[in-house]
Amino acid sequence: MRNTFSEALYKAATANPDVYIVVADISPAGSMGKFRDQYPDRFINVGVAEQSMIGICAGLALKGCQPFAYTIATFSLYRPFEMVRDDLCYQNLSVTVVGMGAGVIYSTLGGTHHTQEDIAIAGALPNMQIIAPCDPAECAEATTYCATQKNGPVYLRLGKAGEPNFTDKAADPWTFGKLRYIKRGTDICILSYGVIMQKAMQLAARFEAQGKSVSVVSCHTLKPLDVEGIRDALRRHGQVIVIEEHAPQGGLAPRTKQIAWDMQARCRLDTFTLQDAFIHNYGSHDDLLAAHGLEVGAIAAQVGA
Amino acid sequence: MHDMTRRNFFDVAAARGRCLQYRRRILDISQQVQALHIGSAYSCTEIVDAVYHGLMRHNQDGTSPDTFLMSKGHGCMILYVILEDMGVLSREDLDLYCKPNGRLGCHPDYGNPGIEASTGALGHGLSMAVGMALAERGRKTNGTIYTVLSDGEVQEGSTWEAVLMASSLGLPNLVAFVDNNDFQSLGRTSETHPSFYPLVEKFEAFGWECAEVDGHDSAAVFAAVDRRRGGRPFMLVGKTTKGKGISYMENVPIWHYRSPSPQEYVQGKAELEAASAS
Repeated sequence: MRNTFSEALYKAATANPDVYIVVADISPAGSMGKFRDQYPDRFINVGVAEQSMIGICAGLALKGCQPFAYTIATFSLYRPFEMVRDDLCYQNLSVTVVGMGAGVIYSTLGGTHHTQEDIAIAGALPNMQIIAPCDPAECAEATTYCATQKNGPVYLRLGKAGEPNFTDKAADPWTFGKLRYIKRGTDICILSYGVIMQKAMQLAARFEAQGKSVSVVSCHTLKPLDVEGIRDALRRHGQVIVIEEHAPQGGLAPRTKQIAWDMQARCRLDTFTLQDAFIHNYGSHDDLLAAHGLEVGAIAAQVGA
Repeated sequence: MHDMTRRNFFDVAAARGRCLQYRRRILDISQQVQALHIGSAYSCTEIVDAVYHGLMRHNQDGTSPDTFLMSKGHGCMILYVILEDMGVLSREDLDLYCKPNGRLGCHPDYGNPGIEASTGALGHGLSMAVGMALAERGRKTNGTIYTVLSDGEVQEGSTWEAVLMASSLGLPNLVAFVDNNDFQSLGRTSETHPSFYPLVEKFEAFGWECAEVDGHDSAAVFAAVDRRRGGRPFMLVGKTTKGKGISYMENVPIWHYRSPSPQEYVQGKAELEAASAS
């Protein structure tokens, strides 16, 4: 994702001289080198100073520029939270706060580098938009949206590097604010977002091996959430499953349950999230997800796949 | 083109008259509300006046290529009355200050006429000013960004992040002021945080051009900025008196926030009238 983010941002910066990236001693790989070489005045490294990263982006945006703030998700959203709230959201400025390596991707770096509550925190802020692409291709689409939109701030939740693409043959195009069916089925619908989409795809394959027809949906825009799209998914499928790499509070799972309750949905609804607990053990990204029950076999056992 | 509208000298007598007028207007408004940070506004009256009426350039249509950002948002009454004087805000706007159908509150809100950024939480303004200065440089529009910080605000770590960044970026179009009245909510800064001083040396060590003047000496404020060497950001530490202009307010922390009683108002008004007559 980092590479496609860099490439998309480089293209956006080439098209628009007002596109800036303000980083806090962390630089995306890939085409960011080209960005830095060709537009050195628009690649700003504040150093380990995330509060000023957000404030400088706000100042740029107050003058009409289209800045991106970029660092590891905990440091882009949690550390400078008041700047995100006051400078960006209160003033409703079109600044993209990139949270790189969100969730528990930085598995061996420990809890200080995990972002388990970011959707809840960013989602509580008025004016904030939240996008969490599920693969590099969606990341490119989302980045292009962020570089051109004037609706207000965006929290762009990214993975890291090396993720596969799931959406090459997606049933739907990427559209901000709309659910995207990667595949359409009739029996079961799996709603997910971000890099954990890989587990949604694996779960779908298990169902399909049983002869079931499965929809897999990228809920890439968490705010504003496509409420009507979720209602439609709850209406059209007998079983809906939410898988998300986020705390049980404030993410897609409780929102889907709320929508289901409000519409008195009749389908079976299962949600799988990180637990309301820090993770103190180490290992791979998958190891940490498994520690909180986010493992395909464990999920499959509970949903009959 | 802009330089043609920039004043080549600063009329100190006119500044004195304006500042008295602004203090009187703020004192009048104080009787409409319970609180308005009057001491904080009086503290930086001459500084903000010098920025708007001396340092900023003005086009004939009333716009300016330069920008003022009130980082110490709680001092915004002085900004409001200056904008009213310039015709940017209306008398009705100020009459409705802090009222349900008004649009001006105790801290400035972006989107209101003449308000370039929302401030109030301390330690935000200087970073935003750095971003604005960067944008001016990137677009080659050559606007200068002026901002006023409180001295309490200089205790914020985020302010020092911006101080470091502004000089590292070599922004010559950033001019900041510290309204150094040596007071914060719980006492004199020099007593609560002796290591806060010296200030000038700290900013210079971070790569800024810096000067210190009497922040109520309009001519000195104007001259210090006007004659700066340039090439990097400039910080003017203005030695000021909280509540300047009304004897019972000066250096008394309660006037950070509260409004005068009717009797206090009469006394304050008399002092300002006497100053006008002298």
